[in-house]
Amino acid sequence: MTTTRSGALRLESIFSDLRAHGRKALMPFIVGGHPTIECMPDLLCALDANGASAIEVGIPFSDPIADGPVIASAMHDAIECGVTPAKVLDAIARARPRLSCAIIAMVSVSIVQRLGTHKFIALARDAGVDGFIFPDAPLEEADELSAAAAAAGLSSSLLIAPTTPPDRAARIAQACTGFVYMLARRGITGATGAAQHTNLAQRIAHIRSATPLPIACGFGIATAADVRNVVHAAGADAAIVGTALVDALRDTASPISAAETLMRQLSAGLHP
Amino acid sequence: MTATALSNVPDAHGRFGAYGGTYVPETLVAALHQLDAAYTEAQHDPAFKHELDALLKNFVGRPTALYEAKRLTAYARERASASHGAHIWLKREDLAHTGAHKINNTMGQALLTKRMGKKRVIAETGAGQHGVATATACAHFGLDCVVYMGAEDVRRQHLNVVRMKMLGAKVVPVEGGSRTLKDATNEAMRDWMASVDDTHYILGSVVGPHPFPKIVRDFQSVIGCETKAQCKGAFGALPDCIVACVGGGSNAAGIMAPFIDDSSVKLIGVEAGGRSQALGDHAAPLTFGSPGVLHGSMSYVLQDTDGQTATVHSISAGLDYPGVGPEHAYWHDAKRVSYTSIDDNEALDALVLLARMEGVLCALETAHAVAHAVSVAAQMPRNHHLVICCSGRGDKDVNEAARLLEARS
Repeated sequence: MTTTRSGALRLESIFSDLRAHGRKALMPFIVGGHPTIECMPDLLCALDANGASAIEVGIPFSDPIADGPVIASAMHDAIECGVTPAKVLDAIARARPRLSCAIIAMVSVSIVQRLGTHKFIALARDAGVDGFIFPDAPLEEADELSAAAAAAGLSSSLLIAPTTPPDRAARIAQACTGFVYMLARRGITGATGAAQHTNLAQRIAHIRSATPLPIACGFGIATAADVRNVVHAAGADAAIVGTALVDALRDTASPISAAETLMRQLSAGLHP
Repeated sequence: MTATALSNVPDAHGRFGAYGGTYVPETLVAALHQLDAAYTEAQHDPAFKHELDALLKNFVGRPTALYEAKRLTAYARERASASHGAHIWLKREDLAHTGAHKINNTMGQALLTKRMGKKRVIAETGAGQHGVATATACAHFGLDCVVYMGAEDVRRQHLNVVRMKMLGAKVVPVEGGSRTLKDATNEAMRDWMASVDDTHYILGSVVGPHPFPKIVRDFQSVIGCETKAQCKGAFGALPDCIVACVGGGSNAAGIMAPFIDDSSVKLIGVEAGGRSQALGDHAAPLTFGSPGVLHGSMSYVLQDTDGQTATVHSISAGLDYPGVGPEHAYWHDAKRVSYTSIDDNEALDALVLLARMEGVLCALETAHAVAHAVSVAAQMPRNHHLVICCSGRGDKDVNEAARLLEARS
């Protein structure tokens, strides 16, 4: 039972269940506190109930250099509305008893460093976060963060880019716990400019030879067809959808139903 | 230089003590490794040094003058006790082509761009001086050039926008965030995330991920190397004190780095004190901030308690930045360089003072160094020598300065 475990063990259990049933995973991304902090617990539950195996929660950051205009402006809007890392963790904590999926916090090292690595990770663990992505901590800077996450029983997934040379990609994969985050294309987050998944299948096969961990693909994945392409044609274990979801949650009176609708559409891509 | 010398940084990981490093998305790492390798190779290639030296001499107009500011010295002495009031010298980077020290770095990095076989250059700019210097280097080498500039800076440094466009660069106003240098840097990094294969990012200061702080410092060190030789020629000794303004800190790093192991030379960096000491009212991370990560490196930053980058303010667009180069953080903690700040009004007064005393209309950035240097000189013995890094000319600032002076009267 996945619900009896937490942290890296929960992720491991979720992915081994999926593998045992020959299934693929959908990993939606939201910006914490967007569109509102009040609706966030229900939003997490709606994503969970509609096919999310794990949810990535981006902690709003003032200078997200890897993010395109949709996610960057959602982060700025959230900060403007008074959303803080503590409030996002509190919303996760309130939803956690109702969730069976894993929660992955995507958080800039700037924020982690300000509070203190161990303190931040302990607060996140206590709120029910199962793992981390530190998008601005590449292999050279990840040791301390990964060790602190591991000590707390949480996973830490590093990014592999299309620009990453193969030998480095293998080393990054071996430094990951939980899952490997593979960027489907270069550039910033955002659905525009039709994702060019150059050599994605070959890149995934190469990582498979380096690690038994599940491989999740993100960046430029916006539709059921994109999801299908990534998990079936290219062979990833999970598809991460960020900008398309954040965009769907903006300017709608009912973000919960918008999330449910998009999740149902995207889930169609999980089947061959 | 010994292995333990303070100047023996950064290490192979780009660390200046606890500072520096490479806090960037993985997508950019390969480009940074490529740049590091290209730079290391260039450093060992006599042809590279020869080509750069020739460009600095014939195109940039180096060496720039070391000029004794006699009337400013007399002014300081009027405010000093009888035996005090050091000789004040100006290292005239304002006389370099395009009007500031920024060209030293952009010519070097444009040569590296050619070496890496890249055809397109991007840059961020605050005051527009780095943008103009990048546009100039790109015109010289026939490279495509895109400059990101905060919309607020586009307004207050309009002359430099016109210059960049005249030089063939595309200027992209950045409307996000605080619409200043920090946001221009974000946008340049976002461009680079997608264009990294054929594009080099010419970062304009000693900030950002490794190897930028090292490369920019090295290209700017020509300022300090010349100063050292010129001081020996002018008064037969090392200077007793060097004062430079610090935003990201490239002119300061350039003039100070060659003196770091000369412990007799007092080094002072002057940050932008803005309108008050409250967070948001200044741009002085070494004076008021604490260690944190911004734009790819660990250094002193201005952040709120959650790690969000604070808004900053300075009269000077070139100093209006919430971070500072990691080597300055290292020098700060080692107590090798002392850092202080000068507020908007003091800087504006110093701009007018230098113009009237010496006929040198300096940039508002530079004016911060001038303001502090005059009071430091007044505390030094008369036979001592103080050098101000006169980092740039003030043509770009005349409208803004006139507007502010009028508002004050």
